[in-house]
Amino acid sequence: MLEVSGICKSFGGFRAVSNVSLSVGTKQIVAVIGPNGAGKSTLFNLITGHLQPDNGTVRLDGREITGAPPYRICRMGVGRSFQRTNVFPRLTVFENLQAAFLVHHRRGGNFWTRAEDLYRDDTAALLASIGLTGQERTLAGTLSYGNQKQLELGLALASSPAVLLLDEPTAGMSASETHETIRLLESIAAERGLTLLFTEHDMEVVFSIAQKIAVLHQGRIIAEGRPEEVRADPEVRRVYLGHGLTHTQ
Amino acid sequence: MSPSFLFSQFMGGLTTAMFLFLIASGLSLVFGVMRVINFAHGSFYMFGAYLAWQAVQWLHPTGGGFWLAALLAALAVGLLGALTERLFFRSLYGREELYQLLFTYALVLILGDAAKFLWGTDQLSISTPPALAGSVQVLGTTQPLYTLFIIAIGPAIAFGLWLLLNRTGAGRMVRAAQMDREMLDALGANVGTIYTGMFALSAFLAGLSGALVTPIQSIVPGMDVLIIVQAFIVVVIGGMGSLWGTFWGSVIYGQVLSFGILIFPGFSLFSVFALMAVILIVRPWGLFGRPL
Amino acid sequence: MGPIRAAAVTVAATAPELRRRTTAAATVRRRRAVSDRIPWVAIVFLVMATVPWLGTRYDTFLASQIVIDALFAVSLNLLLGTTGLVSFGHIAYFGIGAYVCGILMKTYGVPFSVAFPAAGLGAALFALISGYFCVRLIKLYFAMLTLAFSQIVWAIAYKWNAVTGGDQGLPEIPYPNLDWMSAIPGFGDLSIGARFYLLTLALVAVALAIVHRIVRSPFGRVLTTIRDNPERAAFLGINVRLYQLAAFVIAGGFAGLAGALYGIFSRGVFADYVFWSKSAEILIMTILGGIGYFWGPPVGAAVLVWLNQVITDYTQYWSFVLGAVLLVLLFGFPGGIVGGLDLLWRRLKRLLNA
Repeated sequence: MLEVSGICKSFGGFRAVSNVSLSVGTKQIVAVIGPNGAGKSTLFNLITGHLQPDNGTVRLDGREITGAPPYRICRMGVGRSFQRTNVFPRLTVFENLQAAFLVHHRRGGNFWTRAEDLYRDDTAALLASIGLTGQERTLAGTLSYGNQKQLELGLALASSPAVLLLDEPTAGMSASETHETIRLLESIAAERGLTLLFTEHDMEVVFSIAQKIAVLHQGRIIAEGRPEEVRADPEVRRVYLGHGLTHTQ
Repeated sequence: MSPSFLFSQFMGGLTTAMFLFLIASGLSLVFGVMRVINFAHGSFYMFGAYLAWQAVQWLHPTGGGFWLAALLAALAVGLLGALTERLFFRSLYGREELYQLLFTYALVLILGDAAKFLWGTDQLSISTPPALAGSVQVLGTTQPLYTLFIIAIGPAIAFGLWLLLNRTGAGRMVRAAQMDREMLDALGANVGTIYTGMFALSAFLAGLSGALVTPIQSIVPGMDVLIIVQAFIVVVIGGMGSLWGTFWGSVIYGQVLSFGILIFPGFSLFSVFALMAVILIVRPWGLFGRPL
Repeated sequence: MGPIRAAAVTVAATAPELRRRTTAAATVRRRRAVSDRIPWVAIVFLVMATVPWLGTRYDTFLASQIVIDALFAVSLNLLLGTTGLVSFGHIAYFGIGAYVCGILMKTYGVPFSVAFPAAGLGAALFALISGYFCVRLIKLYFAMLTLAFSQIVWAIAYKWNAVTGGDQGLPEIPYPNLDWMSAIPGFGDLSIGARFYLLTLALVAVALAIVHRIVRSPFGRVLTTIRDNPERAAFLGINVRLYQLAAFVIAGGFAGLAGALYGIFSRGVFADYVFWSKSAEILIMTILGGIGYFWGPPVGAAVLVWLNQVITDYTQYWSFVLGAVLLVLLFGFPGGIVGGLDLLWRRLKRLLNA
């Protein structure tokens, strides 16, 4: 489905991502983990076209998308949420999602119809499935942090992506919010048959839903495989997971 | 076109350039640190001119005392800059740039009318200080001493600012602030004082240039909005926030204006605006600046 | 679009969930307040249309200025309030419209019905060319490049004597032929100035209706997402620069139409009209009314024109007053007049409900 091969990116001599290859199969749930500064966000930005790689390629369904502008990559079926919450703060929750549908259905070039009347049912349905029903008229900027994360997920889902990239979907959430979000993610991924690639700091979350884990350290992938393989990898234990891991589950 | 004619065009361009450098250096300084375009910089310049005229009237109604008057005017404008930053501008940090731009524009409106109220709308002028009233022959051209003085003072100010920014503790903090505003906080520096200081220094330079222009240009309402556009162009060409960029930007501006008249008569204004647009398109951060 | 489309979105849709969704959609639909149903805008336009009969010549003069400025400010707000682009050179497109219409009518004797749309197209074309470069830059740099382009226009207007009249400008632009209005009962006694005002009012009403429609369209909604968060907008699949450019061209075109009307109204076009400080003035007008509201800028135009007239009766220091108004606005009412009224209205409602 998503095939990253030999991708490199340096910032003024600092190699943020170095020769990373990663393949994500259809409907697979893959986690990228690693300490802060390991290059996880850079890797995501390289995949979604926010950064241009120095080297290497990104393929989606066999088609090369390396370095295409973000809007085009999005139209090819890659959805994304951002680490820093990213919604449209001065639009209402309803307008946020409605806009995403308008764009997905390529209605943005329509100068004449009332936007308010379009895709209302789709929007309401999506609102329900991300658990924001009742908040339609709230300005997105005034939502609680957790709700903004939910809304952002909704924005990503509105374009019916085949692959969803989530950058720290539970960052800053309380334990119960985290639990709720993960449950939501799992059910949505299952319902829609999504391919999921995510980064996450919470190892409990990672090991509970990921089918495959890649460990990034100083811009390189040092281990990749099924959760139990990664957990057992001595290199991973040395640089990242430490000793506490076995107790987390 | 004889060599002496070309030389005199060149000297004319250089005079314009060094003048503009005096004004633009302050504009660039404030932009570098605060990321703000200060439209009121032209108003500070105009106040420098009017205040110098006023000081001359008080000090020596006969026409002497120019240097002291210029210094007093520049200091007064510097104080005005410091007050502006403390009283108003401070509360706009972190707001959208539109509000910052419009605030400085509100100052343009208010100071413009204040000058009309205080000094009327007639042209005023100051005679050239006696020591520099003469002229010398250079390469077959007549160069007034005062313009040679202006040409000399540009590099002197540039060097002084360079020393200030590179050889003093406060200057290093300012440069740190140019690189990264958050870094300043990390250094534990007193950011407020630095910002006030930068604003005051910038206004001082504007006031000084306004005072120094009086012997060769008459003081009129509207000189504020005319000069600010030119100063912008210089800063954009050289690179916002870059001292030497502003210096070379001034030189380029002066020469383009001076020789542009020869190549497209009547369109030299157009050529400098076009140059500014081209630079913004090709290298928005200017010839000598760094990308933000 | 019924439950079937909805079900396509969430596959596993249980019955209670569906019911919840339908009610949600219904609540959102049922949100128009009584005050929204009163056709305020139509009433204001009708009142404005009576000015030539009920007011003095001077009232008609002021009303013309308000109506033209309203269109100009609304066109700027399409960039500022809707797309989040701070243009410091919007006067350029207004000026180009004024010059195109003025030159066509005065120099070439082209009728207004051709010159007026040509002015809009001319301004839009220049907006397309300059905007292509401007939207590549962000924030302050965008503002500066728009300023640079507007000064290029000013320099050309000021120096290209053969076409623009240079610093002498283009005086005595003819009024369009409005003799046909005599056929309308009640219009026979109106002066040409009053007739032109009514034509202006009608044209501006149509133009504002079109801009309003555009702002409420899917295109307009996309612009608001770009205003709020361009990075996220790009990852909805929006080609941000393309949309910004489209907004820039539309805004430029309508500014050009306003300029065309202004040139005829003020009986001439002069290079001073295009000087950069005019861009600042129109910005002030726009935020005075409130950039967050479609009808904010027209309110700003009306208040500023009126205030100017009142103040200049007392003092020549209009700029000082304008600067002071701007300070109050920046530090006290960043939402502008309409924003302030909106806030007041909502507080009142809350008080009454409590």
